[in-house]
Amino acid sequence: MKNLKEKIIKMSAKSKEGHIPSALSVLDLLWVLYDRVLNITPEKVNNPDRDIFILSKGHASLGLYVVLAEKGFINSESLDDFCKFKSDLGGHPDRTKIPGVEASTGSLGHGLPIAVGTALGSKIKKQKNKVYVIVGDGECNEGTIWESALLASNHQLDNLCLIVDYNHSGDRALKLGNLEEKFKSFGWTAVSVDGHDQKKIYQALMKKSHKPIAVIARTIKGYGSKIMENKPEWHHKYPNIEELNMILKELN
Amino acid sequence: MRKQFVKTIEEILEKDERLVLLLGDIGVFGFRNSLSRFPDRVYNIGILEQSTIGLAAGLAIKGLIPVVHTIAPFVTERCFEQIKDDFGYQKLGGNIVSVGASYDYAALGCTHHCPADVGILMNIPDIQIVVPGTSLEFESLFKQAYANEKMTYFRLSERENQTKLAVKLGHANIVKKGKLGTVIAVGPLLDKVMNATKNLDVTVIYITTIRPFDSETIRKNIDGGKVLICEPYYSGAITGDIAMASSEPLKIDLLGVPKEFLNKYGTMEEHDEHIGFTEKDIFNRVKKLIHG
Repeated sequence: MKNLKEKIIKMSAKSKEGHIPSALSVLDLLWVLYDRVLNITPEKVNNPDRDIFILSKGHASLGLYVVLAEKGFINSESLDDFCKFKSDLGGHPDRTKIPGVEASTGSLGHGLPIAVGTALGSKIKKQKNKVYVIVGDGECNEGTIWESALLASNHQLDNLCLIVDYNHSGDRALKLGNLEEKFKSFGWTAVSVDGHDQKKIYQALMKKSHKPIAVIARTIKGYGSKIMENKPEWHHKYPNIEELNMILKELN
Repeated sequence: MRKQFVKTIEEILEKDERLVLLLGDIGVFGFRNSLSRFPDRVYNIGILEQSTIGLAAGLAIKGLIPVVHTIAPFVTERCFEQIKDDFGYQKLGGNIVSVGASYDYAALGCTHHCPADVGILMNIPDIQIVVPGTSLEFESLFKQAYANEKMTYFRLSERENQTKLAVKLGHANIVKKGKLGTVIAVGPLLDKVMNATKNLDVTVIYITTIRPFDSETIRKNIDGGKVLICEPYYSGAITGDIAMASSEPLKIDLLGVPKEFLNKYGTMEEHDEHIGFTEKDIFNRVKKLIHG
């Protein structure tokens, strides 16, 4: 994981773009999904019954790109071009350019409704695949999250798994309180888990239920870099050379 | 047109297993047979338009063909970003069929009026916008467009023309040729335009597809260098298209819904009178345009 974190930070420093702390917040979640959970491979990105993954908080794209490169969906060299004019890898992921990206996200509150649609579509087509989607806690301010929560439970989408990257960065605006209870009250099965404990994440994602599942992942924004952890000013900031060296030195 | 919408969808549901209908808690009685016959492909999805558009995009990712149906302002003005991001940007195909555009729901007040729909949606690259003037035109245009992997907006109207024409997606019809000027009629305005111009020596061009726009037919058939554009939504949406299509400078006049809140109630016809949108108004505007 340290290697992936280094890549994220170097990509941002080089391009002078990207949301590093958000990427570090979801990195363990992404790794468990692509390493152990999703039934997709670079050769099967268009299989009709593949699992679907949507990074609804698309600004964490740096995390997604390093995992996609590590798993062979995209060329590792392409990471060097992050956010360049002709690059396929932008500040938010684009499904029309990147193999394995199912939805182009960026504007918050769009990924979960799309995920609900793909889960319902799988039901209509009598396919056994699962749909996974990561949203942020700030994103849970959006009404579409709760509209979609109602839709998923009403249509009994037991093939849908929502992961909330609950790093509390949204608390400074709206406090969400106990998200596990909130999703349960919307008719979901919900569990809370340490969002940086990969074994626990895997167990939560493997949970069986006849309802849609919400995994509330307790995460730390900027996890691995004490310089950035829970520091809002780093949300959309790239490190200068001095900061880069400091961050890489203390990274764990 | 609404009855034809039900009939057309019922027919396609039988033949095309990809079609999925999402009702925003309207049209539920009309679609009662489809709801019971195709419970896995016809849903009364609820009153959550933004999520419905996202959900529809998810269905499209799965290779299905969604049709979202609800009232125009809620599915266009409220959902503009969802249509832009979830269909336009993603390059996904789907269909929106609205009712209650312009002031079709005259008595319900401005929250339920929607003359802005066409102008707003034209900002989304590659979208198809269809304004049929009759039930049969809707049927024909829907069947031509619904599965062509584009996002298509169909604007149903409460009023329809008696004039029967064969229409083709992306093509304008030349209804009559004249020498002194040209009148463009969009969708349900054709009858009014035909009646208003029956004794005038003008060309009438009929448009049912706003996007893609048929510049070629316009270019070849504008007569007299003077054009009155009659649109059933906010006036001016296609002025640039007409001006750009013409090979020579035009004198253009516009007749459509004015950009003001129509905060009276009553009937559509009373609103027509109020904003100057009657046959007599069209006649007077054409006369003024061609004779000065």
